[in-house]
Amino acid sequence: MAGTAVRRRLTWQVADVAAVCDETATVRTIELQTPDWAGHRAGQHVDVRLTAEDGYTAERSYSIASAPGEPVAITVQRLANGEVSPYLTSELRAGDELEMRGPIGGYFVWDGDDATRPLLLAAGGSGIVPFRSILRHRARSGAVVPVRLLYSVRSLADVIYRGELDQYTGSVSVTYALTRQAPPGWTGHRGRVDAPLLADVAWPVSREPVAYVCGPTAFVETVAEGLVRIGYPPDRVKTERFGGPGGS
Amino acid sequence: MEALDGNAIGGLLHEVFGTEMTAATATCACCGATGPVALFTVFLRAPGTVARCRACSAVLIVIVRAKGMNCVDLSGIARLDRLDAA
Repeated sequence: MAGTAVRRRLTWQVADVAAVCDETATVRTIELQTPDWAGHRAGQHVDVRLTAEDGYTAERSYSIASAPGEPVAITVQRLANGEVSPYLTSELRAGDELEMRGPIGGYFVWDGDDATRPLLLAAGGSGIVPFRSILRHRARSGAVVPVRLLYSVRSLADVIYRGELDQYTGSVSVTYALTRQAPPGWTGHRGRVDAPLLADVAWPVSREPVAYVCGPTAFVETVAEGLVRIGYPPDRVKTERFGGPGGS
Repeated sequence: MEALDGNAIGGLLHEVFGTEMTAATATCACCGATGPVALFTVFLRAPGTVARCRACSAVLIVIVRAKGMNCVDLSGIARLDRLDAA
């Protein structure tokens, strides 16, 4: 599918909510049934639009959490002062309808057709969402490219997809950086991602890796600059910034 | 207001151009920097949507939606290529 230029109008459509699943206290995954869905690539997102009774509309973008071939799912973090996320994470129920359009994006995508480059995935908070799609796509397609996932998150209780991530072993390794709170006896990294941690987790440049970095703007800047500093070519560091909690 | 990047306007640009644009390559008319649209520095409510050059901060794109229409100013872009397009 990569490289094809299918001219397809991007139109708003109404999806049915098939199921909702709470991932953490503030994060929920919403599985959607879309009658007219052309399929998606790992890493793409959708736009969601809510319309109030008076006609006021609010749009937000959410990364697709499911693999290509699976029904579309999005994972939403509730922002305290958000216009859209409180509704999606607290009010929306299975059987409800949701207006959305997609799939969107052709840059922050991983099709798995370059199996020689090991993958470095760096997520800040809910920046993990597109990586669930990428990891599932890798597994479903039988790809053997090794993956290192670096996941910066406040505490273990805030880890999204914990059960799923725990099942990865062998050629997929997961490293957590706990920025706020670590449990007693925690031997992993505490605090934000820094240069020593990055140097430790990142594939050596000689392996010709490709990196995907997704999270709040400040996280993405720090990690992307850090990778370039240790020799990653800038065009092999793909970035997606979604603003910070409270930013919208 | 926090800066996002060109990925955040993938839907809007698809609406305007009729096709996927985040992987397209743009050249800044001000400094000549060239790179993927996904790397633009983007402000969603500036008012309107404003994309700036990550290298020199010059305004590349302004899109204002009014009365159901998108008013699009692309004068900050010297060149816009979709390498995968036929």
